[in-house]
Amino acid sequence: MRHLLSIEDLDRAAIERILDRARSFTEVSEREIKKVPALRGRRVLNLFYEASTRTRSSFELAAKSLSADVINFVSSGSSVEKGESLKDTVQTLSAYQPDLIVIRSPHVGAANLVAGWTTAGVVNAGDGKHEHPTQALLDVHTLLQRFDKLDGLSIWIVGDVLHSRVARSDILAFTKLGARVTVCGPPTLIPRGIAEALGCDVEYTLDRLGEADVVYALRMQHERMSGSFVPSLREYASVYQIDGRRLGARQVLMHPGPVNRGVELAAEVIDSPQAMIGRQVAAGVVVRMAVLYELLAGRGAPSPQAVSSYPAPQPA
Amino acid sequence: MSVLDHRPLGPAELLVRGAHVLDPRTGIDAPQDVLIRGGEIAEIGAPGSLEAPAGAEVLDGAARHLLPGFVDPHVHLRTPGQEHKEDLDSGTRAAAAGGFVAVVAMPNTDPTVDSAPVLRSLRDAARREARVPVGFMASVTRGLAGEQLTEMHELRASGALGFTDDGKPVHRAGILRMALQYQRLAGGVIALHEEDPTLSGTGVMHEGTVSARLGLTGIPSVSESTLIARDAALARYEEGRIHIQHLSARESVEAIAEAKARGVRISCEASPHHLTMTDEALLEALDTRRKMNPPLRAEADRQALIAGLRDGTIDCIATDHAPHAREEKEVPFEQAPMGTTGLETAFAAVYTDLVLPGVLPLALVVEKLSAGAALMGLPTPRIAVGEPANVCLVDLDAEWEVGEHGYESRSENCCFAGRRLQGRVLATLAAGGVAYRERSFALSAA
Repeated sequence: MRHLLSIEDLDRAAIERILDRARSFTEVSEREIKKVPALRGRRVLNLFYEASTRTRSSFELAAKSLSADVINFVSSGSSVEKGESLKDTVQTLSAYQPDLIVIRSPHVGAANLVAGWTTAGVVNAGDGKHEHPTQALLDVHTLLQRFDKLDGLSIWIVGDVLHSRVARSDILAFTKLGARVTVCGPPTLIPRGIAEALGCDVEYTLDRLGEADVVYALRMQHERMSGSFVPSLREYASVYQIDGRRLGARQVLMHPGPVNRGVELAAEVIDSPQAMIGRQVAAGVVVRMAVLYELLAGRGAPSPQAVSSYPAPQPA
Repeated sequence: MSVLDHRPLGPAELLVRGAHVLDPRTGIDAPQDVLIRGGEIAEIGAPGSLEAPAGAEVLDGAARHLLPGFVDPHVHLRTPGQEHKEDLDSGTRAAAAGGFVAVVAMPNTDPTVDSAPVLRSLRDAARREARVPVGFMASVTRGLAGEQLTEMHELRASGALGFTDDGKPVHRAGILRMALQYQRLAGGVIALHEEDPTLSGTGVMHEGTVSARLGLTGIPSVSESTLIARDAALARYEEGRIHIQHLSARESVEAIAEAKARGVRISCEASPHHLTMTDEALLEALDTRRKMNPPLRAEADRQALIAGLRDGTIDCIATDHAPHAREEKEVPFEQAPMGTTGLETAFAAVYTDLVLPGVLPLALVVEKLSAGAALMGLPTPRIAVGEPANVCLVDLDAEWEVGEHGYESRSENCCFAGRRLQGRVLATLAAGGVAYRERSFALSAA
């Protein structure tokens, strides 16, 4: 495997292999010297075109924990602000001979495009509303700390599914591992055709939330809410907020962060023992270590090869 | 006075020997010799019966088809102002290479073709540069702003075929109503790009399962069909004549059929890409060459377009040839401009995907590829004695890969790039002159 662009690049066995390795890396994080030399001398380039706290810092920490060298490139204050195109930026930075490029972009398919323009491996760290595959892997990893397996679990993903790349990657990953996924949210925030496209169920109310083993709340994305998809956040919260009344004692609660306290989640559930939000963040580092290891370890430097000609196809 | 402009071509003197001549309008469908003298079809006779006069060229038509030349009522030649995408020479070269003998250029240029001086200078340029005759549409509203009518009467007097704000809808019903009223004075068809911007919003592809999978904002099919229904009602009320551009959705075909049943003076077109591709193509590769407006839709929509072509609800095939420069398309999908080129691939795409599998008869496709002429008020190419030579010679067995030898167009954003297609245009005669010869196709002097 050269790139991780979509959860669809992984079959069940590959997911399990990566997560087995993530578990073995957990021990590294608990050492006094939190570093192993597995990727010494490798260069990892973080290319972030969108604000990100945990994804970027966890990729950086993951690479450093494996002794790779890390370059961080953020779009603000860079040549991007001078109008440099994504292609030119990637080709310029490729001159530094990175072994891996981690890219976050507001645009669907950006990671696939980058993969066509460089000889480095590419990890999609979020491309628009499309996918965020490492988030899905760390979510599975977190769930496997609580459940032996995902087979037969009922997982409800609640909230703004329309704008969520996390939802798309999670639905694919959870169903690959045998879970049954239900998406639930206001009809304006559930994309038309999603049941058929991703093989999930659709609900518009939380009436049957009690069936869920896992409740995965999504962030209400203010920054993407250019249209008035809901009449008010107050009404949204009254219908869809996961609070102490709605969350059952045996249900597990997840959220990709950052949380809007009092919107999609009430304070009492964030701080409840059912919440695994902190564990998700911790899982981010070890799972990303495992992904970097999967793509880079035991592999020679990438051989120069013809990069695709215009326009680079973006296999979706 | 002709409203089509092209640079002078020497009138052809040539004999097409033994080609299978197919012209659904004249009913001819058999191998024939066709003699062209002084740019006119002089004689049609049984194979081997005609002699080439001294000095005339002979085209070997054996195992080839001679068809009435195609007419495209909807192309973007990007001139003036965007000549880095296309110019009058390259765009009409692409047309000729696709078998087109006349094209109608849209006015969404920079500046917009919204005044007589702009139109006149463009027509002058076409008389110097165009390889095949070009007709020009003027905009309905000044600067395509949707607010103030252009001087439609003066534009028509200066040679505008009709009016369109193509690229955008005429969003305000009141403005379109006034244009339809003014059409009684000015004449000329009003061609409409139908899309309700409040429904299509920031969409970049068809709204459906594929957009749900990819996380791309969708353009619902009702964005198109609802505006067609509105405009058909306006045209009926004002007894205006409208032409609906690039139909893409099943609901739109239904809206047109209903309007026609009520006697509205409405016609419409469908493009080769909407007839042969669906949004599934974006799952195979999120390729910006497959991004256009209206977008590739679902299989049910494609089937409705095919059925509409068959039953006459859809009047003609138009390419919406929309060139864009490489750097403009070489960006993430959401950032790329809408549009695909189409002149060079129109016949082969439709022939390969619809005629060869037996979905549509060849005669119907040939008829629909020139039916746009009459809709724009232009003469229809016919293969008959006394008619000007507007024909193309095609090899239906020739296979080729789109883009393997580049394009005649200045731009390479063709949604069929890389496809192997069957059916190759070997030569095109437009307005009596030889406008195109395929590189490998040698002409031998008699």
